[in-house]
Amino acid sequence: MNNNIEKHSISLYVNNKPGVLIRTSLVFARRGYNIDSLVVSNDSNNPKFSRMNIEATGDTDTLHLMLAQLNRLVDVIHARDLSGEDILQKELSLVKLECPIEKRTELLQIAEAFSAKTIDLTENTITFQIAGSSEKLNRAETLLHGYKIKEIVRTGKVLMTRGEEATA
Amino acid sequence: MSDKKKTGADILLDTIYKNGVDKMFGLPGGAIIPIMDAVKDHPIDFILTRHEQGASHMADGYARATGKPGVILITSGPGATNTLTGIMTAQMDSVPMVIISGQQATSNLGLDTFQEADISGMSYPIVKHSYLITDPKEIPKAINEAFFIASTGRPGPVILDIPKDVANAVIDEDYDDTIDLPGYLAKPELDIDKIKDAAQMISQAQKPIFLVGHGAIISGADKILKTIVEDMNIPITNSLLGKGCFPEEHPLNLGMPGMHGTAYANMALCECDLVVSIGSRWDDRIAASPKEFCAQAKKIHIDIDLVEINKVVKVDIGLVGDAKDVLEKLHKYLEPNDTSKWIKTVNKFRKDYPLKYKKEGKLRAQHVIEEMYNLAGSDVIYTTDVGQHQMWAAQFIKINSPRNWISSGGAGTMGFGFPSAIGAQMACPDRKVVTIVGDGSFQMTLSELSTAVVNKLPIKILLLNNRYLGMVRQWQNLFYENRLTGVDLEGNPDFLKLASAYGAKGFRIRRSSDVRKVLKEALQYNAGPCLIDAVVEQHDNVFPMVPSGANLDKMILGFPQKRKELE
Ligand SMILES: Cc1ncc(C[n+]2csc(CCOP(=O)(O)OP(=O)(O)O)c2C)c(N)n1
Ligand SMILES: [Mg+2]
Repeated sequence: MNNNIEKHSISLYVNNKPGVLIRTSLVFARRGYNIDSLVVSNDSNNPKFSRMNIEATGDTDTLHLMLAQLNRLVDVIHARDLSGEDILQKELSLVKLECPIEKRTELLQIAEAFSAKTIDLTENTITFQIAGSSEKLNRAETLLHGYKIKEIVRTGKVLMTRGEEATA
Repeated sequence: MSDKKKTGADILLDTIYKNGVDKMFGLPGGAIIPIMDAVKDHPIDFILTRHEQGASHMADGYARATGKPGVILITSGPGATNTLTGIMTAQMDSVPMVIISGQQATSNLGLDTFQEADISGMSYPIVKHSYLITDPKEIPKAINEAFFIASTGRPGPVILDIPKDVANAVIDEDYDDTIDLPGYLAKPELDIDKIKDAAQMISQAQKPIFLVGHGAIISGADKILKTIVEDMNIPITNSLLGKGCFPEEHPLNLGMPGMHGTAYANMALCECDLVVSIGSRWDDRIAASPKEFCAQAKKIHIDIDLVEINKVVKVDIGLVGDAKDVLEKLHKYLEPNDTSKWIKTVNKFRKDYPLKYKKEGKLRAQHVIEEMYNLAGSDVIYTTDVGQHQMWAAQFIKINSPRNWISSGGAGTMGFGFPSAIGAQMACPDRKVVTIVGDGSFQMTLSELSTAVVNKLPIKILLLNNRYLGMVRQWQNLFYENRLTGVDLEGNPDFLKLASAYGAKGFRIRRSSDVRKVLKEALQYNAGPCLIDAVVEQHDNVFPMVPSGANLDKMILGFPQKRKELE
């Protein structure tokens, strides 16, 4: 048994039909494998299909079993593990902070360092939009924890292979 | 009639019929009445059962006996939930089944309306696929896809949930019924290089053994398997569900291995240097301890389902493909090796550790089963329930042809035996069908006696009546200091009176000296079902036994002298 607990990035190409999300997530739930993030979007080139990006943490052997189980689903056209491959991956987060006037400059400086956009500003709050790799988002979050974070919402990772190769 | 516009229900039945089905099992209710109404004038037979679980096992028996999908027709809510056990049973054993489930009207879905149950939601983990049809025009396409999915690849159950308004809707004839399944692969392509490697491994092995499972039967691999086994002189063992793919009376067949397998099959597995699984998935009743299982041997696994390769037991070569196709290719590259020494070893195991029981004295279940086999022979479809009687039947009944043995393996569903026999007899009216049931199991679905009587099915119900949930009693006896809890079937009915109340013929065996006579008489009775109540010794245990979770080398052959042996 390979018991490497790792975070995996899985990309799926699926039928755009009711129930597909349940069938997919049951494969993870049945083995007690947690889904950390999940993004579903319709394939605008062909609305009959959708793309899913799933991040999940667990051991590699189980992941391989689950990939086969995902591929076995009639509604899954294909499923691929993209972990460790050189792929494009981005995430976006919105961070709302408590921001009295005296903190504003300080926070705006941090925002600049992460090329975050200020998308809302009120008397007492400031909201940033940060985009980039999940690691970058994590670093920004760590730094912002020194302030009063009111809310954070993250999209989950979206993936795409480089060049000519199709993603899933 | 001809200018009558067709409804969703009509098209549904027409499409089912076109898929080669002439019988459906089920029980109606409000949500399915539109379809029942269309059944009235349709050439498809509807067989009314007494419980939907019965219907599901009948469809299962029908499918296992023929290879064709079994179809059930049931109503929404409780009707549908009553079939879940049967659907899970079919899924576990890769049995093709199509379930037509009536549903509340589309506009009522999700509103807790009368008898509305989200059957799709409840069944996702136990089906191969499912459809909730909301557009009547989708019916023919969905039915064709359902039959295709159910019966190809690794077969399994497919549910079609059909709201009442969809069944009622009038449909134009210009519908599209072509299968469109981009995510489904019915037949994986073979990897010839790997097949060559496997052929070399098999040709070079000194002590090879085949482990044959249900997959081999499903794919129709029996002929090519026989050719290979005989050309190569390789001993074989078959899983509970693999019984019959290769004749069990053949001198190279060691019968079933595993928890209650024959000692010689288990010993051969512990001694071999190569084990080739052909459509058997190293179930935990055989490979309870995957790492220790045949640790001394190389392993090859042939399976149509990629998921099964390396799922539990890690293998040296995994060949994904239909067992028959793989074996046919493999055969071309095989070169016989001298296995005569190995065969000698195996035959010595067989001679030294035979299956045995006491024939004299009290009436033994094994005796009744073996005598049934001696009298009825092997050109019979045997079905079983689950428990001790099932294991004894697997040990003592030799199956020589595929689809002559029907038993719930993966799920171990009590109550399966009798209805599956009804399904098998319906599918094969000219065959002799014997079902071996336990007193506990039989009581779970015995209401189907009506179904068997009404349809005059000459099924022989051999009831091994030990007044216990025997298999559980055995575990409590061996592993829980005989602290028997919840296993005494006190209050069993008088099964003869029960049979007669249903209008079925009854026989009883109490003494070992009567076994032959009564069984002979019962086998002659063909006017309808008959029940043979064999009142057997209560406290016998099934041996050999490999304790749960242990490797095959921990097998115990009989009641241990010291309890220590069990630990
Ligand atoms: C539906 C169901 N419930 C419970 C069990 C657990 N179980 C396995 S064997 C068995 C005893 C079966 O009793 P019986 O049919 O009388 O057969 P015997 O073992 O006595 O031959 C039980 C309760 C099961 N397999 N299926
Ligand atoms: Mg019993």
